[in-house]
Amino acid sequence: MIRDYGLNEFFFIATAIQWTLALSLIAFGGGILGGLIIALMRVADAKPFRWFALGFIRFFQGTPLLMQLFVAYFGMAIIGLPTNPWIAAAVALTLHASAFLGEIWRGCIEAVPAGQREASTALSFSYWVRMRYVILPQAARIAVAPTTGFLVQLIKATSLASIIGFTELTRAGQIISNATFKPFIVISTVAVFYFLLCWPLSLLASRMEQRFSRATTR
Amino acid sequence: MYDFNFAPVFASFDALLTGAWFTVQMSCAAMVLGLIVSIAGAAAKTSGVRVLIALTNVYIEIIRNTPFLVQIYFIFFGLPALGVRFDPNEAALLALVVNFGAYGIEIVRAGIESINKGQIEAALAIGMSRLQVLRYVILKPALRTIYPALTSQFIYLMLGSSVVSVISATDLTAAGNDLNSVTFASFEIYLVIMAMYLVMSLLFSALFVLIQRQVFSYPVSR
Repeated sequence: MIRDYGLNEFFFIATAIQWTLALSLIAFGGGILGGLIIALMRVADAKPFRWFALGFIRFFQGTPLLMQLFVAYFGMAIIGLPTNPWIAAAVALTLHASAFLGEIWRGCIEAVPAGQREASTALSFSYWVRMRYVILPQAARIAVAPTTGFLVQLIKATSLASIIGFTELTRAGQIISNATFKPFIVISTVAVFYFLLCWPLSLLASRMEQRFSRATTR
Repeated sequence: MYDFNFAPVFASFDALLTGAWFTVQMSCAAMVLGLIVSIAGAAAKTSGVRVLIALTNVYIEIIRNTPFLVQIYFIFFGLPALGVRFDPNEAALLALVVNFGAYGIEIVRAGIESINKGQIEAALAIGMSRLQVLRYVILKPALRTIYPALTSQFIYLMLGSSVVSVISATDLTAAGNDLNSVTFASFEIYLVIMAMYLVMSLLFSALFVLIQRQVFSYPVSR
């Protein structure tokens, strides 16, 4: 029997937003941690760290996220774990976010005027002290706007988890679309939900960017 | 211990190469058409006509704040409800063009705004023809400014295009899906395909740097 597209179906899609948000937050939280490590390695004094970070970034920026999800999903069976779209999506998106945030934050760290780095080196601060008390606090201010912008990318990217069978907003839409045969209205609903999640963040990011560029241009 | 079995993947490597070639072709076509959309959109945005500016902004915001996957579903599954039907490859190309356009408009606009009006006047004053001004004072510097953004957008486009496999367009990822349904060597297949995408994006990056050196380097002496 073909279902009608009514309030129940609408709420089925609406409640799936929580899984999109949960996956986004996991990947964003993990990405903040991983991205910080990658960014710090990328600007480290020791060359092997820099090479590793560069390779990590190049790999994740040079391959499709969909393939990263597939390899994470099918790779779980290979290391002997039961395949689970939750874990595969969380792992792949976290690594993906780590690479992108690492590259964004490397730019922010390098945007801190060189004099700051030289001065702290002249004061014989160690790498950690220099980063913790001199460079990172200043880089953080620069990083807020592009990081918010990346969060929008990440929320949109979680839609790909639907392809490996993770039931979030897009997959919920597909299920309802298949049950009701009303793809136009259902997919439009899904798109509106994504828009409502992403648009405020996009606006916030561009506001912050404008305010920041006004504050830094003399 | 898991036995890796790459033999079925390499036995059907031709199919993957065909898919890869299709991905490259589709990406290039989407880039060219997307640039036309971008230029039209940038022209609309800088036209000063309020309705055009508002419409362009609506287009940009809608595309930028919804996932590409949802856009493909909308075009391939949603639009037929309105009587607009595409085959998978047409829908894939259309989705890529529409998506690229939204990002391209801002890039092209940045190029337009980077041109200094005084330089155009100066060039005309020293007797350059309008065609020369267009070529040397407007197009080349503007293209030089937006070239890096444009090329990295192309790489994103090419990698993002793997998503079109969900509507069974005939790209590289879809070739992998077909192979997977025959051999079930999922991990090996997608690992090889991931490597192929990596090689493709590295090759294109290298090609873009070469072109940049050839075409956009500043003349040292004449």
